Amino acid sequence: MPTKFEVNGKAVEVDVEPRMSLADCLRHELHLTGTHLACEHGVCGACTVLVDGEAVRSCLTLAVQAEGRKVVTVEGLSDDAALSPLQAAFRRHNALQCGFCTPGMITTAHALLTEEPDCDADRVREVLSGNLCRCTGYIPIIEAVLEARAAYRAARIQGGR
Amino acid sequence: MKPAAFDYAVPATIAEAVALLARHEGAKPISGGQSLMPVLNFRLAAPTLLVDLRHLPDLDRIVVEAGGTRLGAKVRWRDIEKSSALAAVTGQPLLCAAIAHVAHYQIRNRGTVGGSLAHADPAAEMPGLAVALDARLRIIGAKGERMVEAGEFFTGPLSTVLEPDELILEVLLPAWPASRRWGFEEFARRRGDFALAGAAVWFDTDAAGCAQNAHVGIIGASDRPRRLPGAEMALNGKALDAVTIAAAVAAARAALDPMSDIHASADYRRALAGTMIERALKAALAR
Repeated sequence: MPTKFEVNGKAVEVDVEPRMSLADCLRHELHLTGTHLACEHGVCGACTVLVDGEAVRSCLTLAVQAEGRKVVTVEGLSDDAALSPLQAAFRRHNALQCGFCTPGMITTAHALLTEEPDCDADRVREVLSGNLCRCTGYIPIIEAVLEARAAYRAARIQGGR
Repeated sequence: MKPAAFDYAVPATIAEAVALLARHEGAKPISGGQSLMPVLNFRLAAPTLLVDLRHLPDLDRIVVEAGGTRLGAKVRWRDIEKSSALAAVTGQPLLCAAIAHVAHYQIRNRGTVGGSLAHADPAAEMPGLAVALDARLRIIGAKGERMVEAGEFFTGPLSTVLEPDELILEVLLPAWPASRRWGFEEFARRRGDFALAGAAVWFDTDAAGCAQNAHVGIIGASDRPRRLPGAEMALNGKALDAVTIAAAVAAARAALDPMSDIHASADYRRALAGTMIERALKAALAR
């Protein structure tokens, strides 16, 4: 079934079975393997991407449901020039070890901080409760997200995205 | 963890959607997919056609009026969270408090009121709320529209009276007086997980300060969301204190016959349900 949408700012067109998840489409059709698959039933958050700015589970979204939407993956939240504020904060706080949960953590945190740059630690914990990590014990992840707030607040003041 | 193959349609109108569901045995509607896709990914079901409701107009409105509240079937948890009309003192405070417990951030951006009701997980919040709040569901199918009381809608775990060609259009909640006392308590191992047990309770008070019209709704400790008439009778006509609350809790536990599973034994669920009711009633008193 031909499906047209936007990924990381670029128009794409794929022709996939209706049953293909958005996660599998991103990984196998578009070769964007930053989005990870673990549980495939909506409990772990590794597959989180942004659809029209909202964090969603791409294992529970059909690729065909992305028709006409703007999708952003973890690849779209960085560029090669410099580490993004979230990336820099994750690095400083050792907020990743194996890295498997990290794309989902980054996309979710980005969605949260874009909308709520003044969130507190409880709110960060609440929002990230839908993302599982087996390595870090979560504390460095929370600290990294809290540190990154400053950059999102500054972007808001400048009228940024 | 990949679903079996299915066809996919995106109708532009409700009439088209109903016609597709009526014409194709094995068709299922999909909106946010947060309950349906795990079922399909586990191959617990294998519909042959998914009818996506995404383009159907006018099903995502929240209307709060003096006569009551209407939630369109496509209203998402996120929409309820962000609704100042619902959060206002003239809105639906019990609904808002309970919806805060639903799922997790990413699921709340996609999951819908209609989807949760149609899926009818006995541990989900929305079915429990619908029963506890005396909701009515407006439903449409090939034979036309009908209204179903929430208390008649759920027939068992994952079972409702919806016919294969029917769609939920909206949920109607009676108006909520600001003087009403209410409480909502839920226990899950992680916030956002399915409730091991939860209680939605409310009552009005008469001139003497005694409870009347008490509603004690239970989530997760039964095969479907239920009100507990025995617990309600223990409250009606009485001023709430430790003794009446204990009587209501005892009546509730006597009436419950929960299932045992890997998450909790029947005895644990029964005890937990009573504790949730107790805490919810105490919260209602303190309000």
